[in-house]
Amino acid sequence: MSLLAEMLSYPFLVRAFAGGILVSLCAALLGVSLVLKRYSMIGDGLSHVSFGALSVALAVGWSPLYVSVPVVVLAAFFLLRLRENGKMKSDAAIAVISASALAIGIVVTSLTTGMTTDVSSYMFGSILAMSRSDVWLSAALSLVVLGMFVFCYHKIFAVTFDESFAKATGVRVSLYNVMIAVLTAVTIVLGMRMMGAMLISSLIIFPALTSMQVFKSFRGVVWSSAALSAVCFCAGMTASYCFSTPAGASVVLVNLAVFLLFCLVRTVRREMRGRKD
Amino acid sequence: MSTLITCEHVDFGYENQDAVIDLTMKVEEGDYLCVVGANGSGKSTLVKGLLGLLRPTGGTLTVAEELRRTGIGYLPQQTEAQRDFPASVYEVVLSGALSRRGFRPFYTAEERGLADSSLEKLGIRDLKKHCYRELSGGQQQRVLIARALCATSRMLILDEPITGLDPSAIQDFYRLVRRLNQEGVTILMVTHDVAGVLSQATRILHLQQRALFFGTPEDYRGSEAGRMFLGGERQ
Repeated sequence: MSLLAEMLSYPFLVRAFAGGILVSLCAALLGVSLVLKRYSMIGDGLSHVSFGALSVALAVGWSPLYVSVPVVVLAAFFLLRLRENGKMKSDAAIAVISASALAIGIVVTSLTTGMTTDVSSYMFGSILAMSRSDVWLSAALSLVVLGMFVFCYHKIFAVTFDESFAKATGVRVSLYNVMIAVLTAVTIVLGMRMMGAMLISSLIIFPALTSMQVFKSFRGVVWSSAALSAVCFCAGMTASYCFSTPAGASVVLVNLAVFLLFCLVRTVRREMRGRKD
Repeated sequence: MSTLITCEHVDFGYENQDAVIDLTMKVEEGDYLCVVGANGSGKSTLVKGLLGLLRPTGGTLTVAEELRRTGIGYLPQQTEAQRDFPASVYEVVLSGALSRRGFRPFYTAEERGLADSSLEKLGIRDLKKHCYRELSGGQQQRVLIARALCATSRMLILDEPITGLDPSAIQDFYRLVRRLNQEGVTILMVTHDVAGVLSQATRILHLQQRALFFGTPEDYRGSEAGRMFLGGERQ
């Protein structure tokens, strides 16, 4: 308890918790759909594009957020199109795009400012990154994502489970795909400075993947992912505070631990069922 | 008996290439129509066209008013991602009622009742709470048919439904489709397995971009297209 009170006495930590929990929640909910549709790599690709955009913005002296949000949203559209047209192997295309964006970011940075702490914190995240306006943006974003999940829950399920059937019954599949891609892009830009470009995609992938091990219904997976993302984020931040480890990496390690735990539960369950039969 | 779908000299295709050319055929109420043909002969394109996902590039396609209102039940080919999807059977079946809903965010009691009776009809009521990915291939197909029946019970389009099923599950599946047909559901099934469906279909459409044959199974056995396609089994 005293630890909690101590942590919350720092305004920057309160901001980090508030913003971080909201972003994790959004990432986890969007992640359920992305992971189940085998779009996980898009999150990874977008975070690298976001890093490139941020570095260029810094070098030129523009506001990082105003540059990277539109760039990443555009990239999200582009990656979705690639996937739908099937012209190029999409996993290869994403790898090419993310490596190129990263390279552009690094070259631009080294030519101008050099590897400042700003840039390094974009790579690996910083607990100090959440400003007041970021927290408000995260709150707005999570309102949109939660609203979408409440009002379009069944359509999201249909689009995630079976695009062809959803299309045939008159659901506007591409509208939902675009919506999910845009929201993912914004989530990534917001969360990236705290989690780091290298680690942000884990917020999208881990909760869904972990929940899938144990839960057998879509509803269960959605609830569990949302809960896990918030719990893991708080645990990771606390660990980061106690042991002075980088915030992003600590959150990822907590997620990994929970994932392994859930895998164990799944294996034990299967063993027990096997013995019963 | 009324005509549900009429194609007159219809072409379907993408951009500047037509995959289905000059097709003339009819689907009557109560029909059990099997669409056969080699890979790439335009079968899937035809399905997309009939579902309204693709506009005809030529000719006239007429869909009966009643069918346009309720839509067509559809059983798509299964995708890899679906086989380990964490969803309960009930969630999957209920999603068939989606087309009835417009912008309402929740399902009504009536729609839930529909899902229940759909499960009942296919004899999978006891699987309601089960996880979709833990079912056998045959059971998964039953769940997907239950979902399609939630959308409408007038007409079903089945796209390569027996892919990945073992022989006994295939026989089971055919019995099921036949029963549904006898209960009044119009069936259009796309398949490779001509020999398997010949005894139960009421119409055969053999597609090779153009319609090589359209008529009854008896006539198909004697036709040139039929002899070519069934050749292996006749010796």
